[in-house]
Amino acid sequence: MKINPNKCVACGNCTYVCPMGAIYVDPANNRSTINRDECVECYSCYNGLSQEHLNPTLVRTMRGIFKALRLRFDPEPDVCPTAAFEPDELTWPRIVRRAFSDPRVPHESTGVTGRGTEEVKTNDVTGRVQLGDAGFTVEFGRPGVGVRFYEIERMAMALAKRGVTFEKKNPVTSLMTDTSTGKIKDDILNEKVMSAILELKVTADKIETVIETVREVEKTLNTVIVLGVGARCDENGEDKIVGPILERLGYTLHRAKTNTGLGKISLDRAEAAQSKEPVPTGAAR
Amino acid sequence: MTNTLHRFGDAESFRDDYVVFAIPARGKTDKGSVPKLKEFLRLALPFKPVNMGDASHGGALRPCQNMDPTQHWNRDMTPNFQSVIDGVDTPTTCAVVFDNRVAAEEFLKLVLKADLNLCVNISTSVDGAEQCCHAAGIPRHSLSYSLGFQGKTEMLPASQVMSLSTMCGHGMISHSLAKKMIDWVKEGRRTPEEAVTYMARFCSCGVYNPSRAKRILEEARGTMK
Repeated sequence: MKINPNKCVACGNCTYVCPMGAIYVDPANNRSTINRDECVECYSCYNGLSQEHLNPTLVRTMRGIFKALRLRFDPEPDVCPTAAFEPDELTWPRIVRRAFSDPRVPHESTGVTGRGTEEVKTNDVTGRVQLGDAGFTVEFGRPGVGVRFYEIERMAMALAKRGVTFEKKNPVTSLMTDTSTGKIKDDILNEKVMSAILELKVTADKIETVIETVREVEKTLNTVIVLGVGARCDENGEDKIVGPILERLGYTLHRAKTNTGLGKISLDRAEAAQSKEPVPTGAAR
Repeated sequence: MTNTLHRFGDAESFRDDYVVFAIPARGKTDKGSVPKLKEFLRLALPFKPVNMGDASHGGALRPCQNMDPTQHWNRDMTPNFQSVIDGVDTPTTCAVVFDNRVAAEEFLKLVLKADLNLCVNISTSVDGAEQCCHAAGIPRHSLSYSLGFQGKTEMLPASQVMSLSTMCGHGMISHSLAKKMIDWVKEGRRTPEEAVTYMARFCSCGVYNPSRAKRILEEARGTMK
């Protein structure tokens, strides 16, 4: 992303909306400027700010007058008055930043949409996480901190040493040169992204090992982590395996995403209806 | 993605936060899912959702790409649900946000009856979602627990800022904007309703909860206990 200095009027609105705090008004030219090393190409500025198309010279003059008179200029805080943002043509490896930061674009780098996979959201249809499994999402960098791939690699390599297997369809996995070691492509290691997710599935007896590893490695990282743990419920809708282990490890289970199973109910209904359909005489079954 | 899972707060703080979303399973139930996703959103309307959206096009409050300067004095703060429904044109995740459990329960019952062949999830407190499933007479299939933020948490801002910014799990609502909105509401420069709509326009999939955000802003101002 770049800001056109001929259009920018240094209103400062964009400095607040950047999730990475990468935009500042440069005192050298009195224009908003993007710190390219910190920018994760999330396009929050470009997509989130409403755009006016005012004449920059007029706006600068007005602002100058208000400033001289010490009048408070009180514009709408979610507007770029001169539509000064202009997307860059992104190339490898910088293109990885946008793929992991702008939720509206598919992963150009990996071909996978989104920062993770469907994990337990479609578990009632896919059956990815079975009773006694724990499907982990280890998410780095959010909220509002960001992460560089060398930090993700450090965690991935530590987890790989404990024998975990990474989800094949996950975007981070697709950027590994060796999924058995967690090694990530060298040319993207210093790229910064809004957030990225390592996905792995273990049996319940390995939950503690994964969490111990995460707790150990996170001390060496300059970012925040948030863990999600997926579990299959029993026929009564209860989780008597994974939840109790997490509570024993000190976690309070405030919030969850609950798969209601409606996808499976629809499939079961369709199968039942199909099995009741009369078979034409002579037709092979 | 985990864009509704890791909202900051305890179970009590999610009493007015029920995100119900539908997603077709890629390669299994996504074919022909667009009209079903539209129907999912349409079914929610009688239960007065506070937001809705689809992951490809955005929520019911969106930024304007060609704003008239006179709108500064007359910004449209009304969520446009119909445009969200009309805009669904590809298999994606569609979400509806309610600010009370009863609405989420009744909606879930209706979706069950409609038999849409979509995977339906509820993102809220563990107990809140369990009660919704119980009311609809269905056992929970799977859970994805949020274990909360860890690591270098000293890099994170104060709890009220976190509560506002993490309602966009994609991270599109910056901590700075959330803090600015708290300050502006405290200063009386904007109403909580106005501040909420500024933030909601940055959420790119419509899962931001304006009702909960308004409560948090009022609590920050000190006018609500």
